[in-house]
Amino acid sequence: MIYSDKVMDHFQNPRNVGTLPDADGVGQVGNPVCGDMMTFYVKVKGDKLTDVKFQTFGCGAAIAVSSMVSEMAIGKTVEEAMEITNEKVAEELGGLPKNKMHCSNLGADALHAALDNYKARTAGTASGPTVVPEHDHKAPGKMPDHCPYCDGPVEGLADMCSCKKCDLDLVECGHCHLYTNKAETNCTHCGAQLDR
Amino acid sequence: MKRIYLDHIAAAPLAPGVFEKMRPFLEAEFGNPQSLHSDGQAAAEAVAEARERVSALIGANPGEVIFTASGTEANNLAIKGLVQAQRARGNHLVVSAIEHASVLNAAKTLEKSGFQTTVVPVDGDGRIDPAAVAGALRKETVLVSVMTANSEVGTIEPIAEIVREAKAQAPGVLVHTDAVAAAGNIPLDVKALGVDALSLSGNVFYGPKGSAALFLKKGTKLAPLVEGGIQEGGRRGGTEDVAAIVGMGEAARLAAEAMSDRVVRITALRDRLIEGLLRSVGHVRLTGSPGRRLPYHASFCVEFVEGEALLLSLDFKGIAASSFSACTSKSLKVSHVLLAMGLDHTLAQGSLIFSLIDSTTAADIDVLLNVFPPVVERLRNMSPLYTEFLKETGR
Repeated sequence: MIYSDKVMDHFQNPRNVGTLPDADGVGQVGNPVCGDMMTFYVKVKGDKLTDVKFQTFGCGAAIAVSSMVSEMAIGKTVEEAMEITNEKVAEELGGLPKNKMHCSNLGADALHAALDNYKARTAGTASGPTVVPEHDHKAPGKMPDHCPYCDGPVEGLADMCSCKKCDLDLVECGHCHLYTNKAETNCTHCGAQLDR
Repeated sequence: MKRIYLDHIAAAPLAPGVFEKMRPFLEAEFGNPQSLHSDGQAAAEAVAEARERVSALIGANPGEVIFTASGTEANNLAIKGLVQAQRARGNHLVVSAIEHASVLNAAKTLEKSGFQTTVVPVDGDGRIDPAAVAGALRKETVLVSVMTANSEVGTIEPIAEIVREAKAQAPGVLVHTDAVAAAGNIPLDVKALGVDALSLSGNVFYGPKGSAALFLKKGTKLAPLVEGGIQEGGRRGGTEDVAAIVGMGEAARLAAEAMSDRVVRITALRDRLIEGLLRSVGHVRLTGSPGRRLPYHASFCVEFVEGEALLLSLDFKGIAASSFSACTSKSLKVSHVLLAMGLDHTLAQGSLIFSLIDSTTAADIDVLLNVFPPVVERLRNMSPLYTEFLKETGR
């Protein structure tokens, strides 16, 4: 199995699935194009998160991550919940496969979007949910202007380019279309396995 | 819990009796077919017999079969080997948009050394239009490569028509077909198809993994990919994998024998699956051609849910299936086949394929039909896309 027992448990028995019609904050991240989409609902009393619910369209990891985030957030203060990171969630789940670290591991981002939404509603600057459409994606087949490692100039063609300063050949990721060191097995931006 | 295996497109079990035929060549009969002594000659005879059986499966002559180690290798050998040998005649090839990665990537590599590729689109059923192939031909076109059937959506392509129209337009053009998903599972005759080359893989018709072949019409020039000795007529160097070849030969014999009965039986089970599944769950679409599809193949897109989550859920219930959603691929890329057929990304994420094997029973299909609706319902109840859909439609 590609997933830990803990991931499979949260996938099979996800905690806190659903919506909150009277939510104090609603946040959404991801995009079906990317493969995963999460909506988080938070209920805040005083400064504490009294309830968190989520809905997720996505793979096993995405569902498990959402469930784990909801569990980690309930009972925390808004401040504390803002400190939950995607990395901490993955750690709590006993790790995730490399290529699931980015697209599927967006639970903390979705929670933060819901908390931002709560803050904006309290401040009177928002009424609808906060939507973070997706993580970084570029148009396919476009050579980067700058090296992703040193920001220096990139030479060559879209399918064969390199950074002279880093002495690296760069290759385009088939998923997010950002460029990575050709020697890597996985894209350093989104974690997808690189095609050759 | 009895496992129900519905992932033929990934791997199939050996047909009964195949392993017993292979076993001696892994033990006592270990000779090299190129050796002149009797140990070697016994192996050479076994390879020759297997070659006859594999050629008989597709209506070829034994001398027209080159054994390889995978369908991927056979496709690479066909694409790279044929165009390199024809280089003086031209530098253009034509492929379809839904070919296997071994064809598309081989074509991409050739582009780096001065070849040009035209990619012919497909319709919503994944069907390649013969007129579109003929229309893509140029005077410098040396090779057309279009698949016999697609393993993601099951559509069987009109190969004989494509060959006829292509050769009417450009008599000298060579046509290769990747028949890996089809060979041994539907009747195929290379003479009736009119192709110059055809790839097939043993495991798809219940032979061992690591057994495959390229049919190459007599007199067709080919540049080898693997240079070495005179094995396979100098077209593929390396000591023969005798056990794998013998296993493929026996599987070919059994497949030819069982073909007509099996096609009828498996097609009936497939239709039971397709009709039952579409009846039991709403917002599920059949992908690929409803009529012209592989007997063992039932492929769908399930709306509002993602394929990997479906696979994992079914696996818990003891059912093995496939998906080509972005999340199930290591490179996180959604199926190029579904996109070429005009499906949008969201729908393609719900890709799900059930592919039957010879031992699949009606009872297996009925278990699946019972298990499937609650699996989909559970995931839809978690899906923001489904909630949105219900809201929009006022439910």
